[in-house]
Amino acid sequence: MRKVDPVPPSLGYTLVELLCCVASRLLEDNRSVFVGTGMPMIASMLAQRTSAPKMLIIFEAGGVGPQVPVLPISVGDSRTYHRAVAASSMHDVMSAAQAGYIDYGFLGAAAMDVYGDINTTVIGDWAKPKARLPGSGGANDIGSFCWRTMYIMRGQSKRTFMNKLDFVTTPGYLGGPGKREEAGLPAGGGPYRVITQLGVYGFDEATKRLVLLSLHPGVTVDEVQANSEFEILVPSDVSVTSPPTADERRILREIDPTGLVLGK
Amino acid sequence: MTKSMEILREGNGELLGWHDPDENRAWVREHKPRGLIDKRMSVAQAVGNFVRDGDYIAFGGFGHIRIPMSLVYEIIRQGRRDLAIAGKTAVHDIDLLIGAGCVSRVECAYAFGHELRGLSPSGRRAVESGQVKVVAELSNAGYQWRFLAGMMGVPFIAVRNLGGTDTFEKSSAKQVRDPWSGKPVTLLPAAYPDVALFHVPRCDKYGNAQIDGILVEDFELARAARRVIVTAEQIIDEEQTRRDPRQTAIPFYVVDAVCEVPFGAHPTQMPYLYYFDEPHIRGWLEQSKTEAGAKEYFDKYVFGVKDFNEYLEKVGGAKLFERLKQIEQLQPLSSDDVEGRE
Repeated sequence: MRKVDPVPPSLGYTLVELLCCVASRLLEDNRSVFVGTGMPMIASMLAQRTSAPKMLIIFEAGGVGPQVPVLPISVGDSRTYHRAVAASSMHDVMSAAQAGYIDYGFLGAAAMDVYGDINTTVIGDWAKPKARLPGSGGANDIGSFCWRTMYIMRGQSKRTFMNKLDFVTTPGYLGGPGKREEAGLPAGGGPYRVITQLGVYGFDEATKRLVLLSLHPGVTVDEVQANSEFEILVPSDVSVTSPPTADERRILREIDPTGLVLGK
Repeated sequence: MTKSMEILREGNGELLGWHDPDENRAWVREHKPRGLIDKRMSVAQAVGNFVRDGDYIAFGGFGHIRIPMSLVYEIIRQGRRDLAIAGKTAVHDIDLLIGAGCVSRVECAYAFGHELRGLSPSGRRAVESGQVKVVAELSNAGYQWRFLAGMMGVPFIAVRNLGGTDTFEKSSAKQVRDPWSGKPVTLLPAAYPDVALFHVPRCDKYGNAQIDGILVEDFELARAARRVIVTAEQIIDEEQTRRDPRQTAIPFYVVDAVCEVPFGAHPTQMPYLYYFDEPHIRGWLEQSKTEAGAKEYFDKYVFGVKDFNEYLEKVGGAKLFERLKQIEQLQPLSSDDVEGRE
């Protein structure tokens, strides 16, 4: 339904396909993942059909362990508990996350700072917003509770990788090591990977600041830095992302046959 | 003076729907009948009896799933004003109520957006112009647990989300030191909405309601709210309730009104029965881009029909619901079903 970003035709795949494939390869078999709407859903479904068939997928409205047949439109859609092991409740799955059962949280994001804090609430002043966005939904919960949170952002730019967010909806590292625990969040969680249209990022162990891990094909370090207000740490050994395979692209089309997320 | 707990931090969001637990117990004792009473009535009567101007209301279901739309339309038809809505992931319901001018305040976990379908023109316009005020922020689990505390009859519940964020700063939560671990812990105040409204597949005349698929937070919300209206695809016999009591998600003693409304979730999804009516939802999103367009929508689908049956005929009748049933039961989607019929 959304307009799909322009992609150099020479690459033979779309940006959304690339993001979904990269994201799916980060998911591990025999682990649990709390999945948000859109690209995180497709990526999780792709992982379940390829590298991680026994991965436990959980949706915030109560779908537990589904074999998702086609892309759900909502995280509460009946597809989110198709052939599931349980159709339970938000209290059940949010409690499971708070109690430590969920390894990965997987979300989209509108804007992020260097510590992986996320804004999905307002642009401008909260009381008199320039633009009102939907708010936390389950994002604050997922970002608070999951051991490792991953984000997909297709529009990295100086307006979305920001020095100071207009509003911190969902916690990343909140300014550095130990800050999450000081704020009363469960110890040992936090953002783990960020996937944008330019590359894949992690977080520096010592400072909890964003660090570049790999560049997508054809992207340079300069471009990564030019599309961020804050400085991105660049280690000496940055790899290049593997492009989507023909198999992955075929499966993606089976997952989203009408192009809801992938586009036509 | 009694010694009180040291508050480390507190959000400055407006506290909606809270009552002293003893006051609420007394209210429940006085107002919630424990006898088996036939509570069947029309949608117009249910809204007329139990939804008042200025109420803090919450809808069951989730986003576009299992939303009691006949009640949403009836609230608009009866011209309720100044409602405060629980944005507990409230999407289509809140969007229409805002578009029709029924809402003045929102406590927002998720609203003003339609997930994959994009942002909500009507909801955003109202907030950005100041017509509707977001009085507090929260998260989905935060709402869930405010209702859990309400259901339990305790004043608050201790949780471990929200800390460190502006979502906390704009919420009605507080942080204290956990007397056992010594760590900061977030306390969410109980929420007792004035009215909670649900659509379920089956309910008996007393209000014993069954839900298929995920419960979302209906279990807790129904038990926390002061007044509960249930619309059902089908009214079932008491015998059917008693044959398999494990099916009862909402028990009769929390329910005030029961209305039989087949297809009462349209255009939202009713699990196992019918899928989202995507073209209809897209039509609303398109029309609500302007206030005039939203008004046309309400003139056609709310004020221009005498009841929900006439509405169902207008949106496509039996033929439409046959198709939506096929889609719900996983016959392949065509792009026509997603993008629009025209």
